[in-house]
Amino acid sequence: MEFVKKYPKLFQWLFLLVVFFALCFAIDVPETYKFIRGQAEFVKDPNQSSFVFLGKEVRYYAFDVFWRLPPLLGWLPIWINDSLFFLMNEWMPIEFWNEDTQEYRTRPLVLQISRNLTAFMTFLIELIREILLGGLETIVAFTSWDWIDKNPWAELPGLPWTIVAAGSSILAYKLSGKGLALFAGLVMVYISIFGQWKPSMQTLSFILVAAPLSFIFGLGLGVAAFKSKRIEKALYPILLVMQTMPQYAVLVPALVLFGVGDHAAVIITMVVAVPPMILLTILGLRAIPPEVIEAGRMSGCNNWQLMFKVLIPTARRDILIGVNQVIMVCFSMAVISAFIGAKGLGFNLLLALNQLNIGLALEAGLCISLIAILLDKMSLAWANKQTDYFGNLTFYQRNKNILFFAATVIIGIVLAYIGTFLFKGDYNYLFEVPHNKGISTADFWNKGVDWIFDTFFVYIKAFNTWLIQDVLQPMRALYLRMPAVATIVLVVGAGYLIGGIRSALVVCGLTLFIALSPWWDRALVTAYMATFGVVVSCIIGFTVGTLCFQNKHSASFMLGVCDIFQTFPSFVYLIPVMMLFGITDTSVLIAVIVYATIPATRYTIEGLRSVPAGLHDAATMSGVNKFQRLTKIEFPLAFPHMMLGLNQTIVFALFMVIIGAFIGTEDLGQYILKALSDKKGAGIGFTLGICVAFIGLIFDNLIRTWVDKRKKHLGID
Amino acid sequence: MSEPVIKCEAVYKIFGENAKKMLQESNGNVDAKTFQENGCIVGVNNASFEVSKGEMLVVMGLSGSGKSTLLRCISRLTDATGGKIFIEGQDLLQLNNKELIELRRNKMGMVFQSFALLPHKTVVENIAFPLQIKGIKTEDSISKAMDMVKLVGLDGRENYFPRELSGGQQQRVGIARSLAVEPDIWFLDEPFSALDPLIRKEMQDEFLRLQDKLQKTIMFITHDFDEALKLADRIAIMKDGIIEQLDSPANIVLNPATEYVRKFTEEVPREKVLLIQDVMDPSTTDNLGDLKVLKDEIIENVAEKILTQEKAVAVIDNNNKIVGSINPTKIINTVFGGRKNSN
Repeated sequence: MEFVKKYPKLFQWLFLLVVFFALCFAIDVPETYKFIRGQAEFVKDPNQSSFVFLGKEVRYYAFDVFWRLPPLLGWLPIWINDSLFFLMNEWMPIEFWNEDTQEYRTRPLVLQISRNLTAFMTFLIELIREILLGGLETIVAFTSWDWIDKNPWAELPGLPWTIVAAGSSILAYKLSGKGLALFAGLVMVYISIFGQWKPSMQTLSFILVAAPLSFIFGLGLGVAAFKSKRIEKALYPILLVMQTMPQYAVLVPALVLFGVGDHAAVIITMVVAVPPMILLTILGLRAIPPEVIEAGRMSGCNNWQLMFKVLIPTARRDILIGVNQVIMVCFSMAVISAFIGAKGLGFNLLLALNQLNIGLALEAGLCISLIAILLDKMSLAWANKQTDYFGNLTFYQRNKNILFFAATVIIGIVLAYIGTFLFKGDYNYLFEVPHNKGISTADFWNKGVDWIFDTFFVYIKAFNTWLIQDVLQPMRALYLRMPAVATIVLVVGAGYLIGGIRSALVVCGLTLFIALSPWWDRALVTAYMATFGVVVSCIIGFTVGTLCFQNKHSASFMLGVCDIFQTFPSFVYLIPVMMLFGITDTSVLIAVIVYATIPATRYTIEGLRSVPAGLHDAATMSGVNKFQRLTKIEFPLAFPHMMLGLNQTIVFALFMVIIGAFIGTEDLGQYILKALSDKKGAGIGFTLGICVAFIGLIFDNLIRTWVDKRKKHLGID
Repeated sequence: MSEPVIKCEAVYKIFGENAKKMLQESNGNVDAKTFQENGCIVGVNNASFEVSKGEMLVVMGLSGSGKSTLLRCISRLTDATGGKIFIEGQDLLQLNNKELIELRRNKMGMVFQSFALLPHKTVVENIAFPLQIKGIKTEDSISKAMDMVKLVGLDGRENYFPRELSGGQQQRVGIARSLAVEPDIWFLDEPFSALDPLIRKEMQDEFLRLQDKLQKTIMFITHDFDEALKLADRIAIMKDGIIEQLDSPANIVLNPATEYVRKFTEEVPREKVLLIQDVMDPSTTDNLGDLKVLKDEIIENVAEKILTQEKAVAVIDNNNKIVGSINPTKIINTVFGGRKNSN
């Protein structure tokens, strides 16, 4: 009993585990139970039970309530779908003037709004796209098709690639200096020579619309939330869910609302990119010392000046991280939104992956990553830029960048013109290198992949088989073996032990939603894959982080590596693993591990770094050796921060697991992907997305509550 | 006398939800305890005083005494719960937002304890900030800011960022920024408290030099009694939101109004604070020695001379006219015996 009194928490946890396992063994697997694959769930079957709610019939296989809860929320997706349909097609018809037919027509309000929004987005994208690549739709938007037929000269010719390359290089020079200028030039030349110009510019035009819009909306909403408690309270739950919602899941409702194409992709990207921007804006504004605000007021700022000259610049650091996130999400979405018809590199990447042409996929992925890194660096440099008031500059010095650019434009046009003579009848390489005429390394990579396959096939296969048969399959079976009631008891118990009754209730609600949805089994598979990924990621991440922390340079180097890896769109991670492992669960899991290791490593290093220097000195003076210092001082203090890393790792892992559905997994992601091609998929996709988000939120809630308590206990911030 | 620059009449600042209602019900008799039981915290309790042109009022109090709150009421960074505040005859609490901004842009400057510099702006940009807010052209504001940079002795560092400066240098920037618009009223909220003792002394001297030149109307907040004695024309000592005593440094040292004030004065080296005129006997006696001392000499500087005299010493003013006398025993009493008197 002494022992129990000494470690009450430990005993409580043990008790919880005992109850959990007791329940697992007490509740038998029903004889009729089997994991249902594919379309079978939608087949009508006399063995199914059914109920009717709100006029929707829900069919399901009934089991013992302890084993699997009945899908009482089964009507939700259908209902969402019908509501959406009603909103789009019937609700609040309004009259509007149709320019083309010159008459009034009626249309439902939401449809009209969506059409206007769509037209606006399309216009923005086309504008940039046609400046970069040429076209006539922008001109048509202001005139008409007839006009352009009569005046063919008005068609935008597009900029020759030389001008864009030199222009971005000059811009990079102005923002940062020689290093970035060189990088920008090289990236552009690379893109051009390797024949990725057109898709790259398409992606770029998409990003140049999506990123600034997301930034503006995020900043605006963040500021609004900072100023008004009510707005913040209203936004917060949405932000939380959006943070853990897989990007796939948003695609489906958007498809219904905005249709297919670049414009829908931009809107989706904003939906995904705005929440982190809002959160970081609020975070940054909160951290401003009150005296700085007072100083601004005493300087005679009005509210507007206070916001734009004092608050936002002072919170710049966090807002910049927000910009960074926005750019990251935009590139990630540039690929994912190819599913709903966004053109550009993402589309090529998906196509190549679909055809298993790893080489082509690699080239497209590399281009996306390079542009992402370039834009990321440029936005950073822009925010850190300084003005020189004292330089007594001549007109030439003041305007040299503009002059240079003007010169480049002329030279570029001249070159392109010369090109028309040089490459008579052929493509004008000085204007644009067409997709199939560039240098391609695809064959080289494909041969490489083939070689790897031929040479190491036996080993890879052996590893693959071992992993799947001896690790993954049993683990999956174990997860599926958990009775619903036991799982809920485990999760709620953990919530109670960590955060008391409040936490327990929140977690219980989240779990019940998933359990009562028709996809509990799939959620378990998602959870199993994510768990495997997270465990391995954490082991790697914590180890690598700790090792790198031992040396200042290696720590900085590792953080830099994390930064770069984080800029890669999530889809890119699938390329190398598919090279090695083909289309198996192993591929997905390895992608998950690589992707999720980034936050684990980063937070470990940051956490260890945040241990105060005074403590190091105190520890050294107490005569600890390196190992003792690590285990007695650094780990305990860094642990809360490392747990936040674990939280991020879980979110990252879930994202990747869902994306992995593209390769073919049997979890929630597969259904989301399926919903994309389903006419009535919007409700299903959305509900599935919420399910995944809730899995993330369960862990998020538990970990955050624990970290907050622990931090208070340790007296850190 | 001309109109006071700052005038407060029964100013109250009470934090809490029902503060206004409770204040009305209390009829001006605010008891901190009863308010606290009802969830209100009293910041400033019935403060009335005036500051005339060119005068430096130092508000002294320990942390939580309400001195910073009082300053924020007068600069209207927070709105006073009750009472009236006049700035050059204008009723501050009646100003609308636009007028308030106008007032701050032209009449007020403020220095903060933690410097409150804008981290993204260089020294010169920080100093030019209030000017640019006013809408002055960049070139003009920068050149004016450069003048201020020279005034506070930061030449050569105008392009540094705040993070690249030491605490003392940062506060010089804060001072320069607050002076950039050439305000009439200068608020300083514990400007030197975050600095090292040596730097603090240096900055105090620098501050006195500036004030000598600029002759602003100043409200200076500090928790350091020595600093208050050194700088002030008059000192207001605050405790729990109430001004315990408001008087010249000499009077506070010689005649502390309350037990609380007396505790502060106990450890003060009087000979360094008091002037001859504070302790002299104004009724001239005939039996005076040859030595003459100026009436606004600090005792410490002349004590040795006076103590060597047997007779009383003549005290003269700047026109060499005898205005009183002082005898050596008085000096000894003041320096060593004064503490007993007040018991």
